[in-house]
Amino acid sequence: MSVIQSQVADILAGGNLGEVVNDFSMQIASANGSGSQTSNMVLVRALFRMGIPVSGKNLFPSNIQGLPTWYTIRCSRAGYVACQPSAPVVVLMNPETAVKDLAGLESGGVCFYSDDLKIDLSRQDVTYYPMPVKQLTNVPEVPRHLRTYIGNMVYVGVLAQVLKIEMGALEAALDWQFGGRTKLVNANLPTIKAAYEWAAANITKRDQYRVERMNATAGYMLVDGNAAGGLGSVYGGMTVTAWYPITPSTSLADEMSAFASKLRRDPDGKANYAIVQAEDELAAIGMVLGAGWAGARSMTTTSGPGISLMQEFLGFGYYAEIPAVIWNIQRVGPSTGMPTRVSQGDLFVCYYASHGDTKHICLLPGSVNECFEFGWRSLDIAEQYQTPVFVLSDLDLGMNQWMTKPFEYPAEPINRGKVLTAEQVEKNGFRRYADIDGDGIPYRTLPGTDHPRASYFTRGSGHDADARYTEEPEKYRDNLERLRRKIERAREHLPAPVVEMTAGAKIGIIGFGSTDPAIVEARDTLAASGVKTSYLRMRALPAAASVVDFVCSHERVYVVEINADGQLRQILQSDMPELAARLRPVCKLDGMPFTAAWIIGQINSQEQK
Amino acid sequence: MATATVAPSRLNLIGLDKSDYKGNPSTLCAGCGHDSISAQIIQVAFELGLKPENVIKLSGIGCSSKSPAYFLNRSHGLNAVHGRMPSVASGAMLANRNLTAIGVSGDGDTGSIGLGQFKHIIRRNVPMVYVIENNGVYGLTKGQFSATSDEGQKLKYYGDNEYPAVDLCMEAIVSGCGFVARSFAGDPKQVRPLLKAAFSFKGTAVLDIISPCVTFNNNPDSNKSYEWVRDHDSPLHDISFVPVREEITVEYEPGETKAVTMHDGAKIVLKKLAGEHDPTDRMAAIMLLERSRTDNVLTTGLIYYNPDRDTVQDSEGMVATALALLPDEKLRPARSTLEKIVAGLC
Repeated sequence: MSVIQSQVADILAGGNLGEVVNDFSMQIASANGSGSQTSNMVLVRALFRMGIPVSGKNLFPSNIQGLPTWYTIRCSRAGYVACQPSAPVVVLMNPETAVKDLAGLESGGVCFYSDDLKIDLSRQDVTYYPMPVKQLTNVPEVPRHLRTYIGNMVYVGVLAQVLKIEMGALEAALDWQFGGRTKLVNANLPTIKAAYEWAAANITKRDQYRVERMNATAGYMLVDGNAAGGLGSVYGGMTVTAWYPITPSTSLADEMSAFASKLRRDPDGKANYAIVQAEDELAAIGMVLGAGWAGARSMTTTSGPGISLMQEFLGFGYYAEIPAVIWNIQRVGPSTGMPTRVSQGDLFVCYYASHGDTKHICLLPGSVNECFEFGWRSLDIAEQYQTPVFVLSDLDLGMNQWMTKPFEYPAEPINRGKVLTAEQVEKNGFRRYADIDGDGIPYRTLPGTDHPRASYFTRGSGHDADARYTEEPEKYRDNLERLRRKIERAREHLPAPVVEMTAGAKIGIIGFGSTDPAIVEARDTLAASGVKTSYLRMRALPAAASVVDFVCSHERVYVVEINADGQLRQILQSDMPELAARLRPVCKLDGMPFTAAWIIGQINSQEQK
Repeated sequence: MATATVAPSRLNLIGLDKSDYKGNPSTLCAGCGHDSISAQIIQVAFELGLKPENVIKLSGIGCSSKSPAYFLNRSHGLNAVHGRMPSVASGAMLANRNLTAIGVSGDGDTGSIGLGQFKHIIRRNVPMVYVIENNGVYGLTKGQFSATSDEGQKLKYYGDNEYPAVDLCMEAIVSGCGFVARSFAGDPKQVRPLLKAAFSFKGTAVLDIISPCVTFNNNPDSNKSYEWVRDHDSPLHDISFVPVREEITVEYEPGETKAVTMHDGAKIVLKKLAGEHDPTDRMAAIMLLERSRTDNVLTTGLIYYNPDRDTVQDSEGMVATALALLPDEKLRPARSTLEKIVAGLC
């Protein structure tokens, strides 16, 4: 549903003219580490409990305490969950940014502010609501050391009163947030209620924004992509994980660890897995490859700088043909870049990882649900192809809360790939790198296989079909050619692109990953203005042939991606050089997630050329 | 005296011939110390009756790292990237804790590019025999100084070494290693019992074996040359290894011997030669290495021993079964568990 349509629906639904119901964004400005994240999550989940489609995005600094952080919550009766260019409702809690945040507020906007902030309230086109944060928290019931933290609950209560968020939904959200720990709930709830009551008694509503109960979130969950990826890996039979802490991937390891501890232990408490924090990413990938070689379903999770460190080993894994899964929760590079901001800039460094001629399978989850699915599926693909497999998520998908349909239990049995037993070796012999089946994928044996002819020597140096050292040109070339065929063949066997063809559309859009909601919203708006588009969402590299078909079917194809160089576009152009000119860039890298408005602007301006 | 020599039969305890432990022909320089270490690994694996199919042999990059191809052909081998054999070995031993691992590294592979991984595998106490074939020089790149090259040492092309040597036994001890020994490739009588004891140790066992480079570093003034070691070797003890299956008939005088019991019940019997070194005393081990350095001698033997630390698999609380061999039902939780989790997220 388009914005215009939803406004019409608003009016038809009986809302007052000018009233904005369930269709606006709000931005909460606070200081990092002050505890505001709990309050924000409570708000998001309360809106979700009220059945209103909602999304929350945390724009946070690379810092533990003190630097500014902005949290944006979008309610959308139409179900749009991408971020918007601006938020008409702001909550000012941070003296550092209050002046700038207020200056940036759109005309007609609403400003909730902590009443101890020294800000100029002279703008006449804005509605102001003060919040007595100190007054409501400097009370004996709130322990002194918790006052800053619980102060954030004041805005929860005031917003609830003014925007009509239901107290029952807030209580349920608070309970969920604290995992039902009564002590914590009881430490926070009285302040929410006090603020709610205070606002009822002291604030006269003068703005047009409010929410009301809907029934649009039934059957959905609210969860982040990293938790989903971690959980999916646990159901995928991950047995060895080695990782090194790095933002924004750390929570995947943490969540996986928590889930595995509950789901993958024997009755005596012994773990059917090992999750080891390595000394660095060099060791993390080394352990993962050692484990994969010895037969574990092994994986790691990291981000850009970690991927850079792993390069040499990734080439080894490719060439020695060792299964491994590498999650890359992408953040802004190059170098340290902006560690807490979103990017899709690691396609090149993953797809072509390491020196020499390599090409790696990359999975591209576009939703939290796909993070779960690719969690288990990637482990199958890695063992099936005996090669490192990347899962390229990003900070937005990984660390923010998204509405998603329930995870589906893996539909396929676990695939361990071509592993020979001692009996099979006895019967048929064993040639490690011979292409027995003509699919480029050889057979392997695991260390410990009880047969005198089961062993082989794994090396990153030149080897022949029997894993013997060689420098013979023909043998070297044959092996590389088989490797190339192996990965090429994967094109049609990886998660297929999701295609939405529109009859008569001359414009195609290709995207992947976390930009999906913004693209969906942009297409609706373009359609409402008479611009027809088709959409193909990539879910894996190398690309399937259907991507070529899609490009063939459209005069112009915009490739939407959060990086500066248009990396996916360049990869696709090299796949289909004869169609290269049809592929046009819609890309930028500034750390911000894409909005539908920006994508529309890019497409419109290029269409006019 | 207890001996570790084989019974006259050509076959060992598990019915294998010594040839079942052999590797490919070496491509190292004739006379290389590394080849005599390979020969001792073959001999020891045979004498201990190790099942070769249950052994993994790993290495990094360098001359030393080529040697796993020259022993135990019936074992899975892995030649990793430079300096990072420890992480690969760690992963393999997490995947299958029932394997026996031997890693062969060099002074460049361990002391320079791999020093971090060396210390961290020790810190985690990953069960493996970690052999450093230490020649104090980069052979495969034709004779550069390594981190264990002696300060002031001269090399034909690269001149004088200005930097102090890293003592890998010292690094091992301070990182928490429970089995630290030093020996000399030209002394198989000492290498053998140390290797056997290392295989019986449940944790990371480090053997720093001085192994002269006949091509680039066998000058008499190099402390990694045959000549220098023969002149400066100061053995701590006469060493015997007594497998668990053999009775100890020690003929040492009381007060002069020390029997150290391995995890599997085997014993290493140390006959004191001089001094009072007690390998279970960590401080004494550190002092011993420091004294050897200042006295410019090469002290060989079992320098430090402590069997008390948990292995990585125990620290991680892992099941006894190899993770690699778990059945699917242990890998994928039941459908009902996911339904419960999903309900909690709604």
